[in-house]
Amino acid sequence: MIALLLRDLKLAFRAGGGFGLGLAFFLIVTVLVPFSVGPQSSLLSTIAPGVLWLGALLACLLSLDRLLALDWEDGSLDLLATAPLPLEAVVSIKALAHWITTGLPLVLAAPFLGVLLNLPVPGFFWLVISLLVGTPAMSVIGTFGAALTVGLKRGGLLLSLLVLPLYVPTLIFGAEVARRGATGMETQTPLLMLAGITAATIALLPFASAAVLRINLR
Amino acid sequence: MTLTVTDLAITRGCIPVLEGLNFSLQSGQALILRGPNGIGKTTLLRTLAGLQPALSGTIDGAEDQIAYASHSDGLKPTLTVVENLTFWASVFGTDDVQPALDAFALNELSDRHAGNLSAGQKRRLGLARMLVTGRPIWMLDEPTVSLDKSAVQMFADTVRAHLGQGGSALIATHIDLGLDGAVLDVGPNKAKPKPIDDFDGGFL
Repeated sequence: MIALLLRDLKLAFRAGGGFGLGLAFFLIVTVLVPFSVGPQSSLLSTIAPGVLWLGALLACLLSLDRLLALDWEDGSLDLLATAPLPLEAVVSIKALAHWITTGLPLVLAAPFLGVLLNLPVPGFFWLVISLLVGTPAMSVIGTFGAALTVGLKRGGLLLSLLVLPLYVPTLIFGAEVARRGATGMETQTPLLMLAGITAATIALLPFASAAVLRINLR
Repeated sequence: MTLTVTDLAITRGCIPVLEGLNFSLQSGQALILRGPNGIGKTTLLRTLAGLQPALSGTIDGAEDQIAYASHSDGLKPTLTVVENLTFWASVFGTDDVQPALDAFALNELSDRHAGNLSAGQKRRLGLARMLVTGRPIWMLDEPTVSLDKSAVQMFADTVRAHLGQGGSALIATHIDLGLDGAVLDVGPNKAKPKPIDDFDGGFL
């Protein structure tokens, strides 16, 4: 299992691995928003938590279609399925590798990009916390979507359509945590909901992903 | 270690391709699968490897014993030859890749990225993967595609050594590898189209 994680991380960081794609997209979105909505700092600080969360979510979505498709194309997914590793473990590791290469950099970059959007000072802490809690769910749900569409040519479009509605609860509660944090309100309820969604997806979705992957590999 | 297949019927894309397959594979034996293109050799190997369910019949002794090599080699172009092999070795819980490198003359290429290898060299690396799996039953799907004469010889020697150590191999191939194994021609097992029954006849 460790070997699979290390291989996926190595592949992501090597040339053409796509590391930094999500990060660059996140940067572009947050840099361009002030240009498009205008420079009123009060308006920017109101929309900052939502824009940052939406940017992180879309950045996560961007790299999903490569998550299993590359392994499927070169045949290693078939070989992994016949290996001693259970497919549940394979998809969990894949999701973890995706989170480390996409989700974690977004979490770390978010406070710096928050400055560009004039995020109120108390919001930085809650923005990082909410992203830290919420992004694993996005990787796990994304892996499920990737497993559903593996083997389809140009499956990226279908993947986005399938995954976006599943992202909505995470987006609602994640952005709510960041918004409430930024305005100095109580954050416990949305944070608990967000953590609950993440915990449930991590517990349940690997089984669903492995099941659809078995069917798709036939 | 015996693989026994009893009255197996398999499907590809919901269409039955082969039926009534019976054979067994003892340790130390090789079985050569023959049959025209599209008859279902790959489907048979995939079914035995557990990638797809059989329509009917039983497969005994396959659980966690099979190393499967498909048409594609499962290599990552940005990893080196050694890194590719080491990855598969650790997935299968073994760690020594040197015998595999030796068997397929990959030592000189070991630090090359797999993406820079020729088709034949990639195939050799893909076959070297079988050695690091440490599994007794090899299922090889047209293993000699794009191999030159000496590489085919290398491959045949490796299979022979594997059989000598008590392993077994099921090989779908169209060429003569010089292995003294039984030949299973699956041509006669081609699934016959179902006769039209009353239910279908009602529509016609």
